[in-house]
Amino acid sequence: MNSVLSITGATLAFGERVIWENINLDVKPGEFIAVIGANGSGKSMLLKAILGQQQLSSGQIEFMGKKTSTGNTQIGYVPQHRAVDSGLPLKAIDAVRFGLDGHNYGLPLPSQKKRALSLAALEQVDAGHLATSSVGALSGGEMQRVRVAQALIANPKLILADEPLSALDLNHQAVVSELIATQRDSGSAVLFVTHDVNPIIDYVDRVLYLAQGKHSVGTPDEVLRSEVLSELYGAEIDVVRNQGRIVVLGAHDHQHHDDEEWV
Amino acid sequence: MDWSDIFDFSDYDKLLPLVYNSLLAGALLALIGGLVGVFVMNRELSFAVHGIAELSFAGAAVFLLIGLDVVLGSVFGSLIAAAIIAVLGDRAKDRNSIVAVLMPFGLGIGILALSLYPGRAANKFGLLTGQIVAVDDPKLASMTVMTLVVLIAMVVMWRPLSFASLDPEVAAARGVPVKWLGIVFVIVLGIAVAAAVQVVGALLVLALLVTPAAAALRLSSSQVWVPVLSVLFALVSMIGGILLALGGSLPISPFVTTISFLIYLIARIVAFAKKKAEVTR
Repeated sequence: MNSVLSITGATLAFGERVIWENINLDVKPGEFIAVIGANGSGKSMLLKAILGQQQLSSGQIEFMGKKTSTGNTQIGYVPQHRAVDSGLPLKAIDAVRFGLDGHNYGLPLPSQKKRALSLAALEQVDAGHLATSSVGALSGGEMQRVRVAQALIANPKLILADEPLSALDLNHQAVVSELIATQRDSGSAVLFVTHDVNPIIDYVDRVLYLAQGKHSVGTPDEVLRSEVLSELYGAEIDVVRNQGRIVVLGAHDHQHHDDEEWV
Repeated sequence: MDWSDIFDFSDYDKLLPLVYNSLLAGALLALIGGLVGVFVMNRELSFAVHGIAELSFAGAAVFLLIGLDVVLGSVFGSLIAAAIIAVLGDRAKDRNSIVAVLMPFGLGIGILALSLYPGRAANKFGLLTGQIVAVDDPKLASMTVMTLVVLIAMVVMWRPLSFASLDPEVAAARGVPVKWLGIVFVIVLGIAVAAAVQVVGALLVLALLVTPAAAALRLSSSQVWVPVLSVLFALVSMIGGILLALGGSLPISPFVTTISFLIYLIARIVAFAKKKAEVTR
């Protein structure tokens, strides 16, 4: 089967500061990849590079066999949580519809079909009741679910989700994780950026772990191990498994004492 | 001073045909002002509107002085300001400082050109505060062209511009040329400002390009109703202002701005009452 996404020798550096180096990753249709790393490890930058919004220092990224450029309607992108300006005359359902036709020129004329699709997409993220709410009036978590609905509505071949669970309560974390995971059944590949792997651990096929310019790729069992992460961080790291949860201890000990990170 | 000095509607039927062009121009302006205003609000360009208006005034004043077409000068000044703001003012913070730097410069040039102009004082102040009977046929024609350009551009850009205003990163990811749309919109805004300066004057352009949309946004968040209300409010302010000014000796602008302000005030009160009713229900 052809790769949806293929990253070859991708390096990103700003002057002396290497964000990540020589990443090689082939993503097959239906594959769910968790991109994990601390703040500043370049997770969001990787998504921007795949979207063609961030130039690589070297290497290349191909989507569906073509070099990526800005603007692709076959990629569904859920950006990191950000507040929405309340001055926008838009309802949640209008925002979701942009996932279908927002890139087309002209007026957003009423369409029964698109309305029904948008409403169904909202219902999938447990936000059907918000359809006619103004986007400016939505809470962070509500807007986040609207963004997920918007990203999934056009059945993209590749889903790039940047911390999509960050503003959500536990119940909605489960709803959104499961929804994104079910997109694999229709052949969509997923790159899921997170700092906590636990809400999605059941769905993850492979992990791309970014730390201090280095990285490691493999199944969760291969990567989320004390030896592997200690090697990445160059410090003593403990990976503890407890009742199905994975806890990484000491990932930041060289910066802060008494810190732990839930991967 | 007596009220009859300000309002005298006795010869109204004879005066009305004189402002026929002004009424048409006012309606055109209300249409584009109301529509463009919606995006001025949600892209936080209110201050930029004011800055563009001052340079539009400067352009008109300079062209008046050197004997060229005033409308053309107004468009010229507007477009220069819009281009500078669009290219350099990508972020709101940069934009505000650029506008603040441009504005007094433009106003200064305009005042200089007007002081050197030997013509009548009434013509001079018209550019700043608006004039009622100044819309002759050629001016109406050029305003119609400007209106058409703005209308077509707005209809073509409406959806992707809304998308880009909501979420620039996602819009860019889906192929919306976010940066270019931003630049084109500011230039379209420049044309709308130049048209508005002809009738309401540079100092009062905001009453037409910001206040109606701001009032509409108080009352609705619908993609359909906000532009419709915004145009309606602009129309009531413009036409109402012209009709009232006609019956007296005062310029048109105070009437337009007062009506526009009152509509905004009422919109706020209605929105407040609605919110309170929702809470106590």
